[in-house]
Amino acid sequence: MLDCLAEHASPTQAGPAVELRGLVKTWRTPRGPIRAVRGIDVSIERGETVALLGPNGAGKSTTIDIILGLAQPDGGTVSVLAGPPAEAVSRGRIGAMLQTGTLIRNLTVRELVAMAASLYESPLPIDEVIALAGLEQAAEQRTQKLSGGQTARVRFAVALVSDPELLILDEPTVAMDVEARRAFWSSMRRFAARGSTIVFATHYLEEADANADRAVLMAAGRIVADGPTTEIKARVGTRTIRVTLPEASVEALAGIPGVTSAERHGEAAILVCADSDVAIRALLDRFPAARDIEITGAGLEEAFLELTADHGELEPGTAADQAGAPIGGGR
Amino acid sequence: MGGGLGYMRYELIRTFRERRLFIFSFGFPLALYFIIVASNNARAEDFQGLGISFALYYMIGMASFGTMMSMMSSGFRIAGERQAGWTRQLRITPLSSRSYLRAKVLTAYTLAALSLLALYVAGATMGVSLPAQTWLEMTALIAVGLLPLAALGIALGHLLTVDSTGPATGGIISLLAIVGGAYFPPQGVLKEIGELFPSYWIVQAGRVAVDGHAWGVKGWVVVLGWTVVLTLIAAVAFRRDTGRV
Repeated sequence: MLDCLAEHASPTQAGPAVELRGLVKTWRTPRGPIRAVRGIDVSIERGETVALLGPNGAGKSTTIDIILGLAQPDGGTVSVLAGPPAEAVSRGRIGAMLQTGTLIRNLTVRELVAMAASLYESPLPIDEVIALAGLEQAAEQRTQKLSGGQTARVRFAVALVSDPELLILDEPTVAMDVEARRAFWSSMRRFAARGSTIVFATHYLEEADANADRAVLMAAGRIVADGPTTEIKARVGTRTIRVTLPEASVEALAGIPGVTSAERHGEAAILVCADSDVAIRALLDRFPAARDIEITGAGLEEAFLELTADHGELEPGTAADQAGAPIGGGR
Repeated sequence: MGGGLGYMRYELIRTFRERRLFIFSFGFPLALYFIIVASNNARAEDFQGLGISFALYYMIGMASFGTMMSMMSSGFRIAGERQAGWTRQLRITPLSSRSYLRAKVLTAYTLAALSLLALYVAGATMGVSLPAQTWLEMTALIAVGLLPLAALGIALGHLLTVDSTGPATGGIISLLAIVGGAYFPPQGVLKEIGELFPSYWIVQAGRVAVDGHAWGVKGWVVVLGWTVVLTLIAAVAFRRDTGRV
């Protein structure tokens, strides 16, 4: 284990683990083209653990497919471990857990891991992989008899069997319950401690916050924020005021200090606040008739959706401006 | 790594644990063979003037059925692997396309060889007796005749879903078995149609016993032509199949 750590800590080649420049990808489907990735620039340093955060359809999986060489970009460049994806793949330097939920049948867990190991020149010992993935209890079971959480851990084992320099996990915890999630992330952190670069996609902000150094926030094929997870969290950690106030216009409400956006649902108005303390004082000051007031710490998930929801409809120019907005800046 | 030998080993383990497969590629043709031969004039030494015995004709007829099923069973496995996301997983390992496809073809041929062996043993018990040379030549011709089916199995596996490979494979094999003469020697128009398909020439491999030249030029052209066409289709299907299923 220590040997591997030393090997990864002093990479033989310089340069970032992943470098994407001006990446564009449009999928052609029977229902028309889907512009999955609309111009992405990101650089991931070696040894970093980065969360690719965004709702469904943000372009996370497409970006991952391109990094892995499973999809070719329509525009832009992709460099993985200082070369094209195919080269990193053929040298066994990338491991990945793709976004699919099952395993091939009729092998035991140990056999499947061994089968994956047989594809690499110098894989990790099978027992070590099984221990890293927390599969000791299930090692002799057939793959078709596993629970969802165990299946995901087997796929994790297959991803790390080559002791990859770059490990990519595409929404790894989708099929897991809370307990399985906790176990999975603890396995992941154990592997990360060896010095590998890890990129994982998720739509759970908590997962990004707890397990990554940095989050790259994607929406509608663009990067809308990129920085340490603490900053991302601060940016989306807003509060919401719900108030019954039929007479005030949305514009007037949005103009209240501390309010970042306002919308109306019948007689009620929802105010998303950067500073709810300032906003509530100003609200009562300007609109004494306000009643049924509720202040909620917007769940992180809602706040996150709030931040990313609008980008689908933006004109390309506008979105490009937004993509460059610094973290912590207003919307 | 050994050129994917380890991979091949687990492919075989996996395949042999799929019990349902054996019903179709072994059990069904074997049972049918015994029923047909035991219930008819099994003593006919010159079956319908073909110059070969009834027992030999149906030995190869049923073997064509079992071996074709064996070859095309790679379609089921590939479709299943695609559905599980395993094919995409393999594409991000150093396993080359060549090793992958070779493992698929060799696994199919291993199954076909066992199916063929079972029918040979069955044939021998029903009185088929041939010189060693003839057994070998016949086997070699059948192996060549199965080449297009190796490609077809791979093509279907990469083009169809798990649910549609079953009916597609069953339908294709039934048609090939009929026009090829697995159940009865085709005559007239049916024979002319049959000659255009590789299954016909697989069944004709049984005539090595008579004149040593089971296939004329036509046989080789048909078999190799189908092999080239289906291999190209399989290659395109495999190459294009990088998306999520």
